[in-house]
Amino acid sequence: MSDSQTTTLQAHHHHDPSLLVQFDTAYQQKDASQFGMWVFLITEIMFFGGLFGAYLIYRNLYNPAFVAASTSIAIKWGAINTAVLICSSLTMAMGVHSAALGARKLLVFWLGATLVLGSVFLGIKGIEYYDKYTEHHIPGANFDFNYDRAEKGEKLVPADVATQTSIFFALYFAMTGMHALHMIIGAGILVFLIWRAYHGAYPPHHYTMVENFGLYWHFVDIIWIFLFPLLYLVSRSPVH
Amino acid sequence: MPSQIQLRSSSETKGFLRKYIFSTNHKTVGIQYFFLSLFAVVVGMALSWLMRIHVAWSGVRIFGLEHLSAAGAPGGVITPEYYLSLMTLHGTIMIFFVLTLAPQNAFGNYFLPLQIGAEETAFPIVNMLSFWTTLVALLVLLATLFVGDGPPISGWTAYPPMSAVGKDAGPGLGTGQNLWIISIGIFCIASVLSSINFIATFMDMRCKGMALMRLPLTCWAWFITAIMSLLSFAVLLAAVLLLLLDRTAGTSFFVPANLLVSGKIEPHSGGSPLLWQHLFWFFGHPEVYITILPGFGIVSHVLSCFSRKPILGYKLVLGCMLAIGFLSFIVWGHHMFVSGMSPFSGFLFSIPTIVISLPATITTLLWLGTLWGGRLQFSTSMMFGLGFVSTFVAGGLGGILLAHPAVDSYLHATYFVVGHLHMVMGVSAIFAIFAAIYFWYPKMFGKMLNERLGLIHFGLTFIGVYCIFMPMHLLGFAGNPRRYAILSDDFLIRLIPLHQFITVAALITGAVQFLFLFNLFWSLYRGEPAPANPWSATSLEWETSSPPPIGNFRRQPIVNHGAYEYGETNIERDFVMQSDPESVRMKA
Repeated sequence: MSDSQTTTLQAHHHHDPSLLVQFDTAYQQKDASQFGMWVFLITEIMFFGGLFGAYLIYRNLYNPAFVAASTSIAIKWGAINTAVLICSSLTMAMGVHSAALGARKLLVFWLGATLVLGSVFLGIKGIEYYDKYTEHHIPGANFDFNYDRAEKGEKLVPADVATQTSIFFALYFAMTGMHALHMIIGAGILVFLIWRAYHGAYPPHHYTMVENFGLYWHFVDIIWIFLFPLLYLVSRSPVH
Repeated sequence: MPSQIQLRSSSETKGFLRKYIFSTNHKTVGIQYFFLSLFAVVVGMALSWLMRIHVAWSGVRIFGLEHLSAAGAPGGVITPEYYLSLMTLHGTIMIFFVLTLAPQNAFGNYFLPLQIGAEETAFPIVNMLSFWTTLVALLVLLATLFVGDGPPISGWTAYPPMSAVGKDAGPGLGTGQNLWIISIGIFCIASVLSSINFIATFMDMRCKGMALMRLPLTCWAWFITAIMSLLSFAVLLAAVLLLLLDRTAGTSFFVPANLLVSGKIEPHSGGSPLLWQHLFWFFGHPEVYITILPGFGIVSHVLSCFSRKPILGYKLVLGCMLAIGFLSFIVWGHHMFVSGMSPFSGFLFSIPTIVISLPATITTLLWLGTLWGGRLQFSTSMMFGLGFVSTFVAGGLGGILLAHPAVDSYLHATYFVVGHLHMVMGVSAIFAIFAAIYFWYPKMFGKMLNERLGLIHFGLTFIGVYCIFMPMHLLGFAGNPRRYAILSDDFLIRLIPLHQFITVAALITGAVQFLFLFNLFWSLYRGEPAPANPWSATSLEWETSSPPPIGNFRRQPIVNHGAYEYGETNIERDFVMQSDPESVRMKA
């Protein structure tokens, strides 16, 4: 190989410790890791897509059961949680913005706020799960859809429909459960990010980690934006 | 300006553990995947021997087998249930841990960064994690042999309700099936991790001058395969999660109501077994092409090199691979023609299935066109490349028959399907792996393989696979169902001699593979040292030493040429390397 072909490789001579060995430039590193994050989110879409596919099929098969089960869920908690999550997306976006500005304390504050809102969401989810437990609406554990409906003044549904509602609740727990698992993982990463941010690990030229986590958090938020109407709202129209 | 520049990574020193075991180096990870698949394929082949011996001479005592499973093989004689357990394990090991890993993760990890002129993959730690996760998946799967009553009997497709209702349904359906599900779930996560790394590396790590249309077709094939893995394995993960919930949490995603299993009515109700088939084959059909597309890349690469001609229709081959990748996602229903789907859906899935044979045929014709008028060099790698074309056509023709719902109704679940899938997906992909090994071994290990042994290995294997899998098509026409451990019906007894022929062929062909293993390990110590570019090939991996240094290249390469410039040039050789200066040109 002749000398004329040799690149100057200046990139290899600078001493930025945040630049990993395999990358030539900071731009390349940022580009690759952000692209990688987007690609990861595509797999997440496909994963939840499988669950949504199951929902689609059973909703068509057992529409009356889905209507009955869906209307039995407390819309209040779902609506509050939706608001909480949207707010947490805002605080997360503010966090990324503060990182870009290099405002270390603001970054810690906004990440902390996101963590608090995320925890509130999980707490409310816990309340909802507990309600399901007391109502005997957990499939596989004394499931009985009509268990306390008479006491609460709600109409009893026919036995076959009541059995079919267990499919709805199985989907409900599988989908919101996987969503909650993503929230828990996200909260864990947030704790790590806050600790690192407090020690100044995310200067304005190197905060891709915060940005990528922001993408993840917004994604989990968006999954909920689909879950909320499908599980809580869709069957409540007056037509039914 | 310094003329010789040290890359940063080459000066790093690491401990033994970081360097060889938990290594993040793409070449080490590639070799780790390579040996993992090699181990898996030996296990998978041994299992197929056990099954073949049993089906040809039912009731024969296989020496020592009772020590593997006292209940499954009392006195060394395989029970019908244990036959199914071994079959499940054979299928799962071969499809996931051999055909998925070897062409993509072993060779892709090693050669994608080299061929695009990068020092490393984009996410080396993710890469390392994906290997170790895969190893855990394999160990969990193999554990099924030693716990409870053996591996599940539900096959590699794990159709519910059988796979969903627990241990009452048969041997291995308790602990064994749970472990199977966990193993596949772990494998999905590993596969997704690895795919992310492949895609980001392909997009962001190409060296200067490596435009998309200058990439070797191998890189494109790995890229397209990574996208397919990314999209399909995530769906399989969702499916196995739901299956696990059905088995452990009392849900009923896949189990219908009033199911009578071993005299007891199952507590489940309302689930649809068909849903599993949709989710599974949405993964399963792209998976077929995940195993074969890297082979398309490898064979294009090898045929062009040993024909000393540019690949015919570079963009067309690429377009065909993209088309196959896309179409593979909309044909999954052709696995379900007899599953109770609406006949209209069957028709809908039949059409794209037939259409997919178009890009496959075009690619095959382009390969033949590449050979036409070339100065062919019959190295072992080339022979396996040609063997791939042959077995791919031979197996693919059966696929056109199966694509028609009416024909499939008869042939479904017969040996015809077994012969077809082994020929087109198993043997073809294995031939591509062999072509890759004989081509790249000098680069990976710095030694040449013995070509004479290689050619003997090819010749015997080539004849062997036709003797094994072609008669299976005939068995299928005769109506021989697959998965039968013992052939006892009138019309099946007459087919036993053909089964015995197949078994003998399988044993001999399997034994021939030890010739290859001997060559592999013997050459490691006694082989001739490999020069940098033993095949006079053009792509970037041949520019650096064999094996490449830690940073891959002594100097960062700049690409001035396409990947397949073979033929007369204005200098004293018949090829232009991708990194040659622009003044080196092909003669018009």
